[in-house]
Amino acid sequence: MHEARNDAARLLVVDDNKVNRLLLTRSLELQGHHVATAENGRVALEMLRREAFDLMLLDMEMPEMDGFQVLEQLFKDLQLRDLPVIVTSSLEGVASVVRCIELGAQDYLNKPVNPVLLKARIGASLEKKRLQDQLKEMVRRFATPEVAQDLQVSGFALGGKRVVASVMFSDIRDFTPLVESQPPEETIDLINTYYTLMFDAISSHGGVVNQMIGDGLMAIFGAPLPLPDHEASAVRAALEMIELVGMFNLERAAAEKPQIRIGIGIASGEMVAGYAGTSRRATYTCMGDTVNLAARLETHTKLAKRSILIDSATRKALPERVAVESLGPVEIKGKAAPVEVYSVNLAQQG
Amino acid sequence: MTAATIDLPTFEALQQTAGAEFVGELVDTFLTEAPLMLAELRATLAAGNADAFRRAAHSLKSNSLTFGATTLGAMARDLELGGLDPVLKANAQPLDALAREYSQVAEALTELRDA
Repeated sequence: MHEARNDAARLLVVDDNKVNRLLLTRSLELQGHHVATAENGRVALEMLRREAFDLMLLDMEMPEMDGFQVLEQLFKDLQLRDLPVIVTSSLEGVASVVRCIELGAQDYLNKPVNPVLLKARIGASLEKKRLQDQLKEMVRRFATPEVAQDLQVSGFALGGKRVVASVMFSDIRDFTPLVESQPPEETIDLINTYYTLMFDAISSHGGVVNQMIGDGLMAIFGAPLPLPDHEASAVRAALEMIELVGMFNLERAAAEKPQIRIGIGIASGEMVAGYAGTSRRATYTCMGDTVNLAARLETHTKLAKRSILIDSATRKALPERVAVESLGPVEIKGKAAPVEVYSVNLAQQG
Repeated sequence: MTAATIDLPTFEALQQTAGAEFVGELVDTFLTEAPLMLAELRATLAAGNADAFRRAAHSLKSNSLTFGATTLGAMARDLELGGLDPVLKANAQPLDALAREYSQVAEALTELRDA
């Protein structure tokens, strides 16, 4: 047994030839890595989808599924497309090597593989993967999975595209007096629990929380990924948020803490969604009249003394069984004409 | 045949990097696998399966070069690149020559393993 170093990686060796598999495995284990093997492309893909690997060494000429087919499959698979692949083969002709690289292989090593070269190439590939993983982890932490995926597929570019979606604004009523009545540590705890519950309700209905400002949040349903029924999804998420806050309040009551109440505004329609900011720091957001309206509706919940207010575009797309109450035309700041506002009725929902 | 059956520097370099004991096991594996590849070449030639013929020749080439069996590797490479037609035209004689070269390689590798 060789001592595993702390930079040991988990590698997958794919080769139909037993001598090649044994020799490559031996070389890699001597370098301190953990090695698993597969004898053809089909088996390799099964293993890659089941377990995590840091790098794959791939032979090209194989029965059942050859290396080219494996590379094609990897490229199509969002989970696997970033896996570094070093092709180890004795293919004849430069054209084949070019094809490997074009299909996304990081490197090409001729067989029999020179162990010193192998070590250098693997080191370089793993280092590149480490940097990529770090970057991905940062994107994951600061963006939603949907935005992270959009970034991965479409790349980053400032500017937006027109989408039809629903936007939600929500915040905690009378938050300032609440904050003043308790130590800041408790406020942080409260905010964290609150956000955890809200994120859960929003993402379970396909929404994306893209902004958190103090006790308020903004969520988009239908961008960056299209969402059929985005209006109904947003309303269902809102109802679940109210329900979760109710349960949270029961806990708080038991701990003799003050209750919290939230107000939610939802509007639907066309908007521009994309990355706004600078090339160094940007956020995924959406803009337009629909977005302003949603923010105004959320503000209006205080005056109307209702929990969830929606616009007529959202109302029209809702199934009949969702009980809403018309509040009639309401003067909204920033709107020339009064707009129809509806309150989603909490008590009568199924 | 002028080229050495086994290119010694290649074989010794392999022993040095992978360990002599391990190379002994690797030789055993090759001596088990190579006759299967030779049989596969005959079978795929008879069946007219060009892809499988090319793959078998490719495998044999790759393994031969690993051990420094330069001549065997070159012969396998010719089969890989040439395909079925020239072998059929020559009445499978290239496969007979390949088998003869392989026996010499097998003998030389066995000696080296036991040295």
